[in-house]
Amino acid sequence: MSAPRPFVVVASRELRSYFATPLAGVFLVVFIFLAGIFSFSLGGLYERGQADLRPFFQFAPWLFLFLAPAVSMRLWAEERRLGTVEILTTLPLPLWQVVLGKFLAAWGFCVLALVATVPLWVTVSWLGDPDHGAIIAGYAAAAMLSGVYLAIGSVISAFTKNQVIAFVVTAVACFLSLLCGYPVVLDFFKGWLPDGVADAIAGVSILTHYQSMMRGVIELRDAIYFVSAIVALVTATAITIDWRKAA
Amino acid sequence: MIQTRNQMALLIDAIGLTKTFGGIRAVDDVSITVSSGEVVGFLGPNGAGKTTTMRMLTGFLHPTAGSVRLGGVDIDEDPIAARRHFGYLPEGAPAYPDMTVREYLNFIAAARGIAGTERRAAIDTVAARVHLRGVMAQTIETLSKGFKRRVGIAQAILHDPKVLIMDEPTDGLDPNQKHEVRQLIREMGKTKAIVLSTHILEEVEAVCTRAVVITAGRVVFDGTPSEFEARAPASVTRHRMDHVFRELTAAAAEVSA
Repeated sequence: MSAPRPFVVVASRELRSYFATPLAGVFLVVFIFLAGIFSFSLGGLYERGQADLRPFFQFAPWLFLFLAPAVSMRLWAEERRLGTVEILTTLPLPLWQVVLGKFLAAWGFCVLALVATVPLWVTVSWLGDPDHGAIIAGYAAAAMLSGVYLAIGSVISAFTKNQVIAFVVTAVACFLSLLCGYPVVLDFFKGWLPDGVADAIAGVSILTHYQSMMRGVIELRDAIYFVSAIVALVTATAITIDWRKAA
Repeated sequence: MIQTRNQMALLIDAIGLTKTFGGIRAVDDVSITVSSGEVVGFLGPNGAGKTTTMRMLTGFLHPTAGSVRLGGVDIDEDPIAARRHFGYLPEGAPAYPDMTVREYLNFIAAARGIAGTERRAAIDTVAARVHLRGVMAQTIETLSKGFKRRVGIAQAILHDPKVLIMDEPTDGLDPNQKHEVRQLIREMGKTKAIVLSTHILEEVEAVCTRAVVITAGRVVFDGTPSEFEARAPASVTRHRMDHVFRELTAAAAEVSA
């Protein structure tokens, strides 16, 4: 039996800590509840007369706008507040593995929230004959989106020991990255910025990539976007924590 | 004593540690060397730079200038190897409040690569050593201050390190608990290199083989407790250490002001 990798040790402790209080359960229930409302009532599932999960996936970026910052806010802010960051960063573990482990725990929690919405999938399958490939792509897109949100939150959490600040700043940052993919916002930029810049703004927006992936076509371009955004932001978290040692 | 010290036994070797926070020198050119078998008491008034120095010794803070070698390994060059050599009790003995003592020690053991039967043995040994056996299944948040401190000490000594760095190990403990912790430190001090910070002078007399006094970020004394006490004039008959401490720290405070 070989010893588990350091990031696995860190991730499993972190993930277990979410369930030490009822808070995580409350979050999951609220998430599932909202997911149901969005899909069936607001999304007009019955009125549309189509058995699919499009309404759910269309609302998912907004749902995660609350869930992801709530999960990521404690990643580093809590360690700093408790003082356990001093123990965690002086254990013989590479910093990148600690940062990665914590991020993966948070991501695991969000993926769990997505898994908990599978009854919606079952329901539409029972009602009609949905395109399962599209639903799988939708879930993949939602998982990637939550990963980027959490990675943004991870960086922000590394800057503060105040979880409320971490939550608010993360939610705003995610909101902005989402917003700059909407045609209304893009049109506003196109009015006075050169085309290239407006396209660049659309290119960095989560929404652009999310929607293209959600449509059921997993393109390399989008996959690269999500993976590189997560890698860059998790690396930025490690750099931030290391930088705070020198500050 | 310093001249004859064996280089191999020099487990903590910090040279010229300096730390500035936004232009303010919190620690100024502090050098500390500790060998196996030594218990060094790090003394100083509040805000003298004790915690900052200890954080630099463990690598939690990068020094503005200076270097730290632990067990012969430079903490900047090979932090992972250097960290294996020491155990650290940070200020206030932080721990995850929602974990049980056993879960927490299990996590620390896993993080230190101690697995299987070896892990169980290490946890049992340490639990017996700091008297935690009765509270292993309790969450840390439900423990008294004395027990929390013991959990902090337990995680620091779990891997039986050669070097122990402890920030105020007896702070907030009742006299019985203080006595117990001091006894433990004395016992471990025979085979390890220990640095502990305190502002209690009797503690230095009780457990330390050497005292280093720091005030306004600078070392103003480095010697044995008896040398420290001998600095008081013969006319002072009571609280001689307090007298020396006041003299040393007041003089430096004036210089820095």
